[in-house]
Amino acid sequence: MSYNLSNLLYLISIVTFILALRYLSNPAHARRGNQIGAAGMVLAIVVTWVKVGSTSWWAIAIAMLIGGGFGAVAARKVQMTAMPQMVALFNGVGGGAAALIALAELHRVLPLAGEPKADISLGIVLSALIGSISFAGSMVAFAKLQELIGGRPITYSGQQFVNGALFVGGLGCAIALVAGVQDEWLLWVTIAASLAFGALFVLPIGGADMPVVISLLNAFTGVAVALGGFELENNLLIVAGMLVGASGTLLTLMMARAMNRSVANVLFGAFGQVSEAAAAVAAGDGGSVRSATAEDVAVMLAYAHKVVFVPGYGLAVAQAQHDVRQLADLLESKGVEVSYAIHPVAGRMPGHMNVLLAEANVPYPQLKEMDEANSEFSRTDVAMVVGANDVVNPDARNNQGSPIYGMPILNVDDAQTVVVLKRSMNPGFAGIENPLFYNPKTVMLFGDAKASIDQLIADVKPL
Amino acid sequence: MSHNTILVFEVTILVLAIFLGIEVISKVPTLLHTPLMSGTNAIHGVVIVGAMIVLGQPDKSAFTWVVGFAAVVLAAANVVGGFVVTDRMLGMFKSRERPKKPNEP
Repeated sequence: MSYNLSNLLYLISIVTFILALRYLSNPAHARRGNQIGAAGMVLAIVVTWVKVGSTSWWAIAIAMLIGGGFGAVAARKVQMTAMPQMVALFNGVGGGAAALIALAELHRVLPLAGEPKADISLGIVLSALIGSISFAGSMVAFAKLQELIGGRPITYSGQQFVNGALFVGGLGCAIALVAGVQDEWLLWVTIAASLAFGALFVLPIGGADMPVVISLLNAFTGVAVALGGFELENNLLIVAGMLVGASGTLLTLMMARAMNRSVANVLFGAFGQVSEAAAAVAAGDGGSVRSATAEDVAVMLAYAHKVVFVPGYGLAVAQAQHDVRQLADLLESKGVEVSYAIHPVAGRMPGHMNVLLAEANVPYPQLKEMDEANSEFSRTDVAMVVGANDVVNPDARNNQGSPIYGMPILNVDDAQTVVVLKRSMNPGFAGIENPLFYNPKTVMLFGDAKASIDQLIADVKPL
Repeated sequence: MSHNTILVFEVTILVLAIFLGIEVISKVPTLLHTPLMSGTNAIHGVVIVGAMIVLGQPDKSAFTWVVGFAAVVLAAANVVGGFVVTDRMLGMFKSRERPKKPNEP
């Protein structure tokens, strides 16, 4: 296949990818867009297959079967609650592939001792660097979300210095390669330092900040792919990779804005460390907590006009989305108006709660974004907080000493009554005390979210 | 075309892609941010094209062989997993409830 023909066919693939993203603007036809994108991907693979020709075709086929088989099985089996780590995993392997391509190319062009110097582009070394960071970072994010390692921030003294040294060291070696110091060990140091940096920079980031991190790593992989495209002189890789790089960056900024923090603060702040002092302050003016039985809450719900569910990560952990939906159905059959208030950073990845509730067949018009939900709380009888904590913490509005001060929150305390489903009085994931629990409007329903909701269903039914 | 001409051309495309990416993504509602992430995740699976080119080089060293093979495996997992998982997710978003009982209005 000629260079021009293959590039024209690649252009079709590029257009399908853009359409795939374009179709995501509306849930009604988003799925079709994804299928169009997948078709474009198949086209790109077939074109490449023909272009590469007979060389090692069987090796390519075997490798695709192994990787594709794993991807298909993992993607089909994964629970919707485990979606963040699955996306992190697929993102990591993509970054790893980009790094390996750069490694193979660099190894090929690096001259042996005594040979004339090769022309090494900045793009390819940066692809190795960024791809390695993305791979290692995504794997650590995966391990944290899968709870293979602790989700709490892990910090030690000199952490920023070590990370900075690794990054500068890796980048320095990469630049030396481009500048003409072409020893192969520089390549290996670049990759080793990038891997270590990727792992260590994600390690201190707490679980609640994962939406920002995953989205950033997604952008990294995109950029690594685009840079690899420069070396291979392949427009498809450049455009597709950069589309992802740009979108991931934008999404990262949007997530950080939703928490009213800078990206730098999320990445280097080791959030959750600062909270001990603030927790002590908040607990001081605590007051008492009202706890209720499921029966009390069931009566409140059954005689309400409007109930808003506020889901958080606890909903995902308890796998309670189907139970919530059942309770909502039951309430609707009693004439109660039900909706869901979704905070942009609730859960462990952007939009996590929407996916969980969609899985439970909640119609998406009932899922309200933050601004819309906030305008409705004053007309709401009962706000049911299911496993959410920081995104409903009034300290974000009132307490300047709070680490989340300034973060836009869901104003559940505007509702007549707030019911908080919670395991115990332990502070949430970020370790921040929540004065909402001490609000006279608030009643606590302690216990596992799923069990509590099931009990509520049983108690609402006869009313 | 000289090498530099190609490079300038590629940089042009790259910069346009950045603006296009931002333009397209800013129209995606927060409702669909998870499918957006996993969908873009699938799109960077296009790295499989690069991996195939590396593994398909003629007269390659054993090193390139091994690294290229691993790259194709990883990229294939990325691209297949990414599209399948996105499809599964998007299939769940419905505007109305599916009728559970046919006799319900």
